[in-house]
Order: sequence, then C-alpha cells, then structure tokens
Amino acid sequence: MSEYLVNIQDERLSFFTPAGEVKALNGVTIRVKEGEVLGIVGESGSGKSVTAYSLMGLTAYPGKLMGGSLDFNGHHINDMTEKQMRKIRGNEVSIIFQDPMTSLNPVYTIGNQICEAILLHTDKSKKEAWERAKELLTLVGINEPEKRLKQYPHEFSGGMRQRVMIAIALACEPKLLIADEPTTALDVTIQAQILELMMELKDKLGMAIIMITHDLGIVASTCQRIAVMYAGHIVEYGTTDDIFYNPKHEYTKGLIRSIPRMDAKEHERLVPIEGTPVDMLNPPKGCPFASRCDQCMKICLKEMPPVTQFDDIHYTQCWLNQKAEFDRQQKEDRGGAANE
Amino acid sequence: MIKYILKRLVMAIVTIFVVATLTFFLMNTVPGGPFTAEKSISEQARKNLEAKYGLDKPIMQRYVTYITDALHGDFGISLKQRGRTVSSIIATKFPVSAKIGGISVLVALILGIPLGCIAALNRGKILDNIIIVLATFGIAVPGFVVCTMLLYFLGVKLQVLPTTFGDGSWTHFIMPVLSIAFYPTAYIARLMRSSMLDVLGQDYMRTAKAKGVSQFVSLFKHALRNAVLPVVTYVGPMLAYTITGSFIVEKVFTIPGLGREFISSVLNRDYTMIMGTTIFLASLMVFINVLVDIVYTIIDPRIKLK
Repeated sequence: MSEYLVNIQDERLSFFTPAGEVKALNGVTIRVKEGEVLGIVGESGSGKSVTAYSLMGLTAYPGKLMGGSLDFNGHHINDMTEKQMRKIRGNEVSIIFQDPMTSLNPVYTIGNQICEAILLHTDKSKKEAWERAKELLTLVGINEPEKRLKQYPHEFSGGMRQRVMIAIALACEPKLLIADEPTTALDVTIQAQILELMMELKDKLGMAIIMITHDLGIVASTCQRIAVMYAGHIVEYGTTDDIFYNPKHEYTKGLIRSIPRMDAKEHERLVPIEGTPVDMLNPPKGCPFASRCDQCMKICLKEMPPVTQFDDIHYTQCWLNQKAEFDRQQKEDRGGAANE
Repeated sequence: MIKYILKRLVMAIVTIFVVATLTFFLMNTVPGGPFTAEKSISEQARKNLEAKYGLDKPIMQRYVTYITDALHGDFGISLKQRGRTVSSIIATKFPVSAKIGGISVLVALILGIPLGCIAALNRGKILDNIIIVLATFGIAVPGFVVCTMLLYFLGVKLQVLPTTFGDGSWTHFIMPVLSIAFYPTAYIARLMRSSMLDVLGQDYMRTAKAKGVSQFVSLFKHALRNAVLPVVTYVGPMLAYTITGSFIVEKVFTIPGLGREFISSVLNRDYTMIMGTTIFLASLMVFINVLVDIVYTIIDPRIKLK
C-alpha cells in the first residue's frame, strides 16, 4: 500500500457525445494522504467533479476512461468490476452532492435512507442500524433524532437535508469523503455551519476530504492542498499558502484577483478574467488558457506547457514559468562562466 | 383523512346528481321514444303504453318522480326488456364485464409497467426502439381491429380458442381480455417509459448509486415508486371504463356484459335503462377517483389529503 490514500496518475477521460469526443480530463494527477483535505477549484466544466466521480466509478454513461491509473485505499480502481465497486461506494468512499433538495429520495423516510447504507455495508441488524442512524443524526447536529428519522425529506430544510446527506455519507465511517460543492445550494449562514460541521467531523473521524468547489473562500478556510483545474488540466497545484500567496499560473492569479478583499481601497474594482472557457469539443493545440491569458506568448498557442516544479508539492503548467526558469538558469550559467 | 373522505362523499353525491339531471333532460330532448321503433303498433296501443310507463306526463313531473324513486333505490323497470328491473339487469350483467375488465387491467399493468421500465433502462438501444414501435402500434390500432384480427387468426384460422364467450370458462376469457388490454398496455408502457426516464435522471438515483445500492434494488426500491404515479393517475379512470364493459368487444365475442346493455339502451331510447347505467357508471367513476387519491398518499408521502 502506498503512502497515499488516493493516487490518481495521469488520468484521461472522455465523453463520447453525438457531437464528438469531449476530452474532459487530460492527464490529471492527484494524490491525497489520509486525513488530508484537498480542494479542487475551477470553473464549471473544468473537470472537478468528473475527477472525483471517476474515483467512485460514478462516471455518467457516455464517459470513458482513456488512460491513467486510479488507486484508492489499496484498490486499483481501473480493474474493478461494478460489483466490487459497489462494496467500496458508501463504505470506504462517500460523497455529498451539491443539491440537498433533490439528492434524497422523496418517498422514503430519512431513517430508511440512512439505514440502507448501514445495512448494505455492515452486518448490523435492522434495529442496530436504526440505533446507528440515531447516533449519526446526533453527530451531524439534528435534534430529536428518534422523531426525525421517521420523517420524510420534504419535512426538512435545505441545511438539514445536507446534514442528513452527511450522515448518510458518514454511515460507514469512510476513509475518504468527496464533497461536491456541498454548500453551493445553501444560503451563507448555513454554508458556514455545514463547513464547520464537516471540519469538526473530519477531525473526529480522521477521514480525508476532497472538497470540490468554485468558492475560493471555502478552500482557503478548509483545505491543506489545492488543485486548480482548467479545461481538464491541473494548471497549478500546491499548499493553500502556495496558491494564495505565491500563485504561479496566470489563471490562478486571475482567480485570486477576482476575490473581493477586505483591505481593498475604496472604489477599487475587482478584476474579472475576460473571455469564455474553451470549447471542450475542439480544444486548442497549446495551453487551453492561452486565449484568455494577458501574458500569452507564441509558444503558448502551439504547445502544451510542461510541468514546472517549484518544490516537492507546488507545481504549475505554464510556459511563463518555464521561461522564468530558463532565464534563471541561463543567468546562473553565465554567472558561473564569468566566475571561472 | 376521514374528514377528506367525508368531503369527497358529499361532492360525489352532488356530482352524481348533476350527471343524472343532465342525462335525464338531454335524453328527453333526443327525438324518438322507446316505442317508436316497434312496428305494427296502433296509435292507441302506443298511448296506452306511454300512459302505463308515465311517459305522457310533463317532463318536470317525470323528472321529480324519477329522482324521488331513485333516492329510494328504485331505478324502475326496463322499457325494452319487459318485466325486468334496471337494478337486476345491472346486477346480472355487471359482474361479467367487471371480471373481464378487471383481468384486462391487471394484464395491462403486469405487461405495461415492465415493458416501460425495460425501454427506459435500454434507452436508445434496439430493445427500447422495439418497445416504442409496439407501443405506438398498440395505441394507433383501434380495438375493433384487434378483436377481429384475434378472432380471425386464433379463432377461425388456427382454431385454438373459442370464438364466442360460451360458458365463460378461462379459455373464453383470453381473446376478450387481450383485445381490451391491448390499448392500455401500450399506453402504460409509454407512460412508464417517460416517467422512468425522468426518475432515472434524478439526483436521488445518483445518491443511491453512491451509497453502493445495486442497480436492481435502486430500480425497484428507489425508482419504481416515484415513477409509478402517472400510471396510477391513468389506471383509475381506465379501470372504471373497462370494468363497465366494452361495447365492441362484448358484441364481437357475444359476451353478456354491461357495455352492450349501455349502448343498446341508448339506441333503443330505453329511458330507465339509460338513467340506471349512467348513474351506475358515474358512481363507479367517482368512487375510483377517491380510491386513486388514497393510493397517491400511500405511494407519495408528500401528497396530503385535505
């Protein structure tokens, strides 16, 4: 078993639509250690959710894994059958979805839906499962669990339903929790409560979390590592400090410039990233961000930039950094030559 | 719940009363009468007959008399089938129609729901296309064509099934049931397919999969109960129609059912018979609708009856 709980190497995944092949993931590498929180940020369609779903074998129908290897908790996902996958889902890896209003089945009680996961993955009897469900509801901060278990989803508010979703996800104490924009559909005060709850439970249960979001505020407050995705590439990866205080990719810089700041001067405007995301059906030959990049060079349009590694963790895929690195080395060489 | 049912009961009585009133007056505005068709009847004889059945009185008076009698449970005697009360005709004919109709509805449900599910699960594939074509065919082909084709091929050509209803043993049921179930089966299959597709795309189906639920369980536990509501809506009124009998099917297979009785009573201007069957059908319809509403609340807890 490797030191990583999740080890995704160079994953390539395409959706075969009637209009053509959509390359959703173009060589994504992600590693998560046990108990670590990784944030994946990026705009809609950048491949955040697809990466996480593929780890659970939940890729929707026209999607197909084209390359790379996926390892999770000692399982090699690539070779697993649907039946083997079912044993992992909801057991070793769970997921919380974006919209709690529609993610629970309206015709079954909350208790039924929580117990379902418990009964599937453990040897507990129905009665024991019910007790466990009660425990879980208390854990996620829902009062009167006995009464609430017998209620239907429509009797819960959005925030409460998301708590129930978390309870279902935690039913079998997973090693990894995938949170797919868990707070996007909730209002701000509830968002804070849910995030706080997730972090609290993470510390209590020691699970790893992959937090998928487009809210940089959330990743800043919760994650240790951040992967910035753009058009199916991880364009920059690093610790939270790396990404926020030392961003190297123009896209990351743009994202950070577009966050409202407390210390901004009066009348200072936010700087948006101009342009639109790339057409994934006809991706450009070079760097996918080139057409929106202020610093675009000729080579950016022709070739995909290689990885520039700054330290063990922090890396980016950008020609500008390659150039900077090249210049630095040239200078060093020249300096070295002069000294001789 | 009890309050709701009581409320519906009151509404049902009003509905049936309105239906009865409308039918009574409409029926009397249609030219002709129960004794006009009979030849070799003298003017005096006709008048005597009309006097005997009270048809010579003004319409309002007849209406009041009929309603008062009906409220006392007396639906009169048939004007055509001499000596038989309307109630007794319905009592003997309805069970036959109800049996055939009920079996047909069951067959339609047993075939239609799985066909729709199979089509939805195989969306866009060959199996789906085959089922869609069959369903469209089933909806497009009229009942009397189905009857005649079945009768011709199974009854006359192959001679495997009896062509008439005869003593009503189970072989006699096959063709009538198939003819009646043909259209609803196709309709239910289509209804089920579209609502199943809708449900399969719902977020909670993804949640079920993410929990590690197998496809089989997620289909039967999570999808079916949500997808079956439109079918329940359709089956309610459909049940009322089928158990009161189909005129065509009963005519073709010579089944002594209520459907035939209903149509011929209209053609014969058998006033009391028209009124009796109409009120009976209306009551049945209202009753089944209440039943459907109750079934709703059992299937979907979000629906509350008030």
